[in-house]
Amino acid sequence: MSLEILGITVLWTFLYGYLIVASIDFGAGFFSFYCKVKKEDHLVNSIIERYLSPVWEVTNVFLVFFFVGLIGFFPSTAYYYGTALLVPGSIALVLLSLRGSFYAFAHYGVRNSMLYTGVYGLTGLFIPASLATVLTISEGGFIRETNGLVEFLSDQLLKSPYAWSVVILAIVSILFISASFLTYYADKAKDRKSTVIFHKYAIMWSLPTIFASMLVFFAIYQHNPEHFQNMLDISWLFLLSLASFLVALALLLKKKHYGWAFVMVMLQFAFAFYGYGISHLPYLLYPYITISDSINSPVMGKALVTGFIVGLCLLIPSLYLLMKMFLFDVKYVQGKEKAVQR
Amino acid sequence: MKAWIGGLLYAIFSKAGTKAGSSVLCHIRDLADLIVHEVDERVNEKGKNVLDQVLLARLLTFTTLGFHIIFATLGVGIPLFISIAEGIGIWKKDAHYLLLARRWSRGYVITVAVGVVTGTCIALQLIFLWPGFMQLAGKVIGLPLFMETFAFFFEAIFLGIYLYTWDRFKNPWTHWILSIPIILGSVGSAFFITTVNAFMNTPQGFTLEDGVLTKIDPWLAMFNPATPSKVAHVLSSAFLTVSFVLGAIAAYHLFKKKEHEYYKKALGFTMFFALLFSLLNTAIGDLSGKFLAEYQPEKLAAGEWHFQTESRAKLIVGGIVNEDTLEVEYALGIPMLLSILANGNPNSVVIGLDQFPRELWPPLYVHYFFDGMVGLGAYLFVISLVFVVLSFFHKRGKLRRFSRWNRPLLFGIIAGGPLSILAIEFGWIFAESGRQPWILRGYLQTSHAATPAAHLMEMFILFNLLYVFLAVLVSIVLIRLFKKTTPEMELEDKKIIL
Repeated sequence: MSLEILGITVLWTFLYGYLIVASIDFGAGFFSFYCKVKKEDHLVNSIIERYLSPVWEVTNVFLVFFFVGLIGFFPSTAYYYGTALLVPGSIALVLLSLRGSFYAFAHYGVRNSMLYTGVYGLTGLFIPASLATVLTISEGGFIRETNGLVEFLSDQLLKSPYAWSVVILAIVSILFISASFLTYYADKAKDRKSTVIFHKYAIMWSLPTIFASMLVFFAIYQHNPEHFQNMLDISWLFLLSLASFLVALALLLKKKHYGWAFVMVMLQFAFAFYGYGISHLPYLLYPYITISDSINSPVMGKALVTGFIVGLCLLIPSLYLLMKMFLFDVKYVQGKEKAVQR
Repeated sequence: MKAWIGGLLYAIFSKAGTKAGSSVLCHIRDLADLIVHEVDERVNEKGKNVLDQVLLARLLTFTTLGFHIIFATLGVGIPLFISIAEGIGIWKKDAHYLLLARRWSRGYVITVAVGVVTGTCIALQLIFLWPGFMQLAGKVIGLPLFMETFAFFFEAIFLGIYLYTWDRFKNPWTHWILSIPIILGSVGSAFFITTVNAFMNTPQGFTLEDGVLTKIDPWLAMFNPATPSKVAHVLSSAFLTVSFVLGAIAAYHLFKKKEHEYYKKALGFTMFFALLFSLLNTAIGDLSGKFLAEYQPEKLAAGEWHFQTESRAKLIVGGIVNEDTLEVEYALGIPMLLSILANGNPNSVVIGLDQFPRELWPPLYVHYFFDGMVGLGAYLFVISLVFVVLSFFHKRGKLRRFSRWNRPLLFGIIAGGPLSILAIEFGWIFAESGRQPWILRGYLQTSHAATPAAHLMEMFILFNLLYVFLAVLVSIVLIRLFKKTTPEMELEDKKIIL
């Protein structure tokens, strides 16, 4: 495997990791707020809080990791994306900042404030929408380069049906991923009432997710036919994704094996996400940057990979420890351990 | 130029220290003043209301980092103090120290949250605001940036575990061990990110051919000449600042006539470390001066208004400079001290600004920040020394008349909290402005690296509103959090009477 393929695979995997953990996080924030509005929060909040509190900070790091890694492996992306993303990126940053700090304010500081939960819950829906812009821009057509000066065509983006279909997909997917995870988590905690609520949400958001995916397919066909053709060449990946979705839906409808149902949801998104990524290659930004415009120094490439392996050797055991303590520890999940230090 | 520096200094000195405990708010007001003055100046100069891209990009980077380093400094230093306090608490079976560790960690999470989000902001703003720089230097500094994220990841994971496992283990040392990776992570991320900044000051580990960097050696770039002194100074000053910030909280309660043993232990503990880190910080600061004399003489020269290359150079304290005639007024000159500071030898030659073309001089206002940093550092040293000496003699039975809980001293410690943060800001401004006009010293000028993208002004306003908002809110939340459950209440809850 060449160094740049290795690099982009690693980065793509991190982005996938972010997709899953952030979706759970964003969705949980929204559900928590929604249930508070409906005055059902006493039913679901302890579940959400028990999961989120120890992991919320970790979620954020996945994102930074992806960006920093992208610059490290493919410095030329910095110039194009950096210039193009000033406005959408800054808006996403402000929302992320509000969300992150309000989480801490609400959960470690002063509790039970409608305002704090509201900001936390609602920003969670806008962030994926603004982050999805990166993927939209990567399809080309929203950046113009004249004499080395990069210009971002924001009007084009706002008018583009493709951009909007990606936004819709981002929002419905996070609700679906999050609800299916929380169903599993609540069931494991033997919390019947919140299991019923989350199960309802998971079923509710399953079909919109598939419809939105179809919409994106159609929009890519309109926007970038070359990419669509590449997707057709590896259509088996997308069919596997659909199959995983159907299995997940069947398990959810039968109200059985929620853990497997969530694994199937993860597979559904994994197949689709890697399928999208593979068919996007060799372009990192159509048509300006390809994957071969990457690390020009083999020494740097090796150093990055070395640093990466050392880092992973530290990360994987500690992530495992975190999950063991807060995800797979039955006593903790069921709330028999003290959830919050106070 | 002079007008706004005067205004800035006036703003800082008149506002800082008057209200202890709200250092963040003070900081925000200072930033606002600085911005207003800069904007006014530009408007007058050009006669139009349009700020240029470079200035806007610099200002936005300034406000983001200026806000972030408050929380970053606390984030680097506090874990060490939590860990030591918990260790003492377990070892001596002293519930007061255990409670101290718990309460600090509770406040710590809130500051970490703001540190994390502003850190994310600056990480991405580097790409948004300086895309040309990142494209060029990203090839060389990708490694430390990457490692920094790893260290931060590590810290985030163990912080989550640490916070939620206080009563989960039978052996209390198991929980204490979890604090070690948090310290490693926070110190590690400070280390890696400082190497990046050090690289911008003394770049090496590559060759520049026709605008392209080749022959890249990331390890050589990471361990550049500026790395040792910068890393050491960043860490020691962070620990010093944190010991004063935590000490100021305890002093505040004692000042309010709360007599509980808990506060006295907290103050004694933090002031002991304040003195220790103050000594360390001074020694490292001296090393930094020697480093500058050798590798970045123009920064030292601008910081000291040292215009002529000469031996037996004098150190200038205070004063006002006329930027046209380069005459210094109202300054105290200490003969030979600059030569000693630079080389450890009173007869040594110190390179002056005359060796550099005028357009490559750093701005001369950095002198004020240099003096401010050193002055505040001296203040912190004296205060912690007085406290430690008083408590030492008090125990020995001498100096009984001078209680170490006397009110002027307590007030001095309270002021030390915000002042230590101010010292961090001053030192940082000196280090960064002293590198101007370069973003990558000797290779790329700041004015050539700013983004060409539109809407910078709107983004600048947007982020500043965010920081003001967060600063106000974080202060309110922290104050409420600690007022709601006082240490007295918690000790009673846990039925601890010592």
